[in-house]
Amino acid sequence: MSKALLLGNEAAARGLYEAGCRFASSYPGTPSTEITEEAAKFEEIECEWAPNEKVALEAALGASIAGARSFCGMKHVGLNVAADPLFTASYTGVNAGLVIAVADDPGMHSSQNEQDSRHYARAAKILMLEPADSAECRDFMKLGFLLSEQFDTPVLLRLSTRVSHSRSLVEPEQRVSAEEKPYRKDSGKYVMMPAMAQKRHVLVEQRIEAQRTWANSAGINRAEYHSKKIGVICAGINYQYAKEALRENASYLKLGCVYPLPDALLKEFCAQCGEVFVAEDLDDYIEQHCRALGLRVHGKDRLPLVGELSQSLLRKAILGEALPAKALEVPIPGRPPVLCPGCPHRGLFFALKKRKVFVSGDIGCYTLGALAPLQMMDTCICMGASVSALHGRNKANPQNAKNSVAVIGDSTFMHSGITGLINIAYNKSNSVVVILDNSITGMTGHQQNPTTGLTIKGDPTAAVSLEKVCEAVGISRVTVVDPYDLQATEDALREALAAEKPSVIISRRPCVLLKYVKTKPALVADASACTGCKQCMRIGCPALSFQGNKAAIDAAQCVGCGVCAQLCRFSAIKGGLAQ
Amino acid sequence: MSFQKNIMIVGVGGQGTLLASRILGEVLLSQGYDVKVSEVHGMSQRGGSVVTYVKYGSAVASPIIDKGEADVILAFEQLEAVRWLPYLKLGGKLITNTQRMNPMPVITGVAEYPEDLLALLEGAGVDLLTLDALALAEQAGSVKAVNVVLLGALARQMEFGEEIWQDAVSRTVKPQFAAMNRRAFEMGYRGQSVAAN
Repeated sequence: MSKALLLGNEAAARGLYEAGCRFASSYPGTPSTEITEEAAKFEEIECEWAPNEKVALEAALGASIAGARSFCGMKHVGLNVAADPLFTASYTGVNAGLVIAVADDPGMHSSQNEQDSRHYARAAKILMLEPADSAECRDFMKLGFLLSEQFDTPVLLRLSTRVSHSRSLVEPEQRVSAEEKPYRKDSGKYVMMPAMAQKRHVLVEQRIEAQRTWANSAGINRAEYHSKKIGVICAGINYQYAKEALRENASYLKLGCVYPLPDALLKEFCAQCGEVFVAEDLDDYIEQHCRALGLRVHGKDRLPLVGELSQSLLRKAILGEALPAKALEVPIPGRPPVLCPGCPHRGLFFALKKRKVFVSGDIGCYTLGALAPLQMMDTCICMGASVSALHGRNKANPQNAKNSVAVIGDSTFMHSGITGLINIAYNKSNSVVVILDNSITGMTGHQQNPTTGLTIKGDPTAAVSLEKVCEAVGISRVTVVDPYDLQATEDALREALAAEKPSVIISRRPCVLLKYVKTKPALVADASACTGCKQCMRIGCPALSFQGNKAAIDAAQCVGCGVCAQLCRFSAIKGGLAQ
Repeated sequence: MSFQKNIMIVGVGGQGTLLASRILGEVLLSQGYDVKVSEVHGMSQRGGSVVTYVKYGSAVASPIIDKGEADVILAFEQLEAVRWLPYLKLGGKLITNTQRMNPMPVITGVAEYPEDLLALLEGAGVDLLTLDALALAEQAGSVKAVNVVLLGALARQMEFGEEIWQDAVSRTVKPQFAAMNRRAFEMGYRGQSVAAN
């Protein structure tokens, strides 16, 4: 087969196919999403979006124990959610191979923190591979399944934004037929209660020792010697940055396995090279290991702990060089991401702004409601925290319940909002939770979820009824509004905040970018009627602007949602739903 | 002797920079180069400033382009051209669409869109090529074809024949839009309107 230009994530999916993987369960999260999306295009792999990463990993482990090569993928913060099964899966080991991909986001292109997943490998004592380009994404995925079965362990595949979302060349290979491994009942291996787990922990430590020996001779950990004046120890994308910055003016110890680290190779490389640098994004994980071995290396004394590295950062830190660059001496306004024209979240956030409430926020497109001009979010912590943290706020002072709400998307609610809502009902706080139901997982690029009635492959399936779930957990006050209708949305908020019991408002309208959503013709601003009061500008729609002192609507962007027209007291905006 | 060219495509989320970079990547692949293309997904796509890096040569290591490293910057919007200018190599070429799109700080009135950016770029000695890609795209049949018009302008600055590009365009876009996109490409390539046939 001829070479293809594949995203790292597509190549990882290709690796799943070629390795004979038969089951994949994941929750979407940038930059990991496309692995499972692409895997779903192979008929041979049973793929699914699970409600969250913990469920996904448990499903994948279950399939592995049943005898099918299995996979689970997530972003770095997803591994926090899946940490519970992760640590014990290390003890049970596997039957058929199990690979867990975790994609870090140095620089936080699309994340709420910058945690370094390598610590999980060491903490859970699970072998971790780190590819440096798309070809290695495919190769390491396949190797991961072999190592998983050889060492009886789950294997972590660590990706990063630049590896996951870069395209490079891959030469496709044939799928191997991995036979189903028969399940044998073995309570000593799979039933982790104290007496059994105590014995398994001994095996885990022995396994790591065996992996250390393997790591010192594994082909994926390799020294490339050129000039030995400078040596660079690196893994993943940082190998590419170092090669680009230093070419043959340095030698490289390229680590394909970042846990366990190959002690003998590290010592040998440091002995061969003059000045040795550890080039790693985020934490000083490899550097600390080198220091513990008594090796003299540079690392975070020259390179930042914050943000992602690059070839220019390495060039500067190691060679003291910088390339010349030109810039204009003019102030350049920023261009932050915004809610799309016609986004159903806009009306809801505007209604919240009018009520001047405290907003306990969550993770999704609607987090953009925190930005100007709406600026209607007070907190955003992690998936599901909007609901649980609102409960805490209202317990701290029950008066808070009169002017505080949580906002959470449909997918995030399925992920981990439900448990927080159960807590609200069970422990009796008068909390108001708004579920922004846009019928899709939006920010990660339109993935189905348990509320949409469709599977990852687009097949019809059972759809969770948000209304019934809320009622079933003990919320008797559930209302549904259309966020394009500003008055109805404001009324629903006012009534819920006044009620002496917990409430859920479902703000329901599908994402305007969904293919089945029919948009209306663009609205028109009538310059003769416009008084220039700028009321319409308060909603922060990118299709609206002021030209001279009159409102103007960009016909190429406007989808006719009519929200701005409801703000105009002079009927200067025509067309759309308000007519 | 190792050879490498670095091209940046910059614009506003939703303008179709990803498709342009994909077609470019396909052309370079068909010419037998080592190629790396780096994209932005997720949060940054929603109307924000977006950048794609395309690198090709005998052996490409890093998929990203840093300050002072781009041989060519293809800008889909004026302000973005200026924002990413520091990434241009000294002596590199800047191709920009003359289109202006107001970012949210300008819409809300907390910042102003700077005037005369193209003149300032020229004054700063930047090797500059400008075109009104939006107007050409409209003439080709759809404002959405701005990305293909701009790709045509870029192609004119590169060493491969027009047909190689047109083939890649036809392979990448949906069949029902192929003729319109081919026309859009040709307009960008010639830098002027081309009659429909």
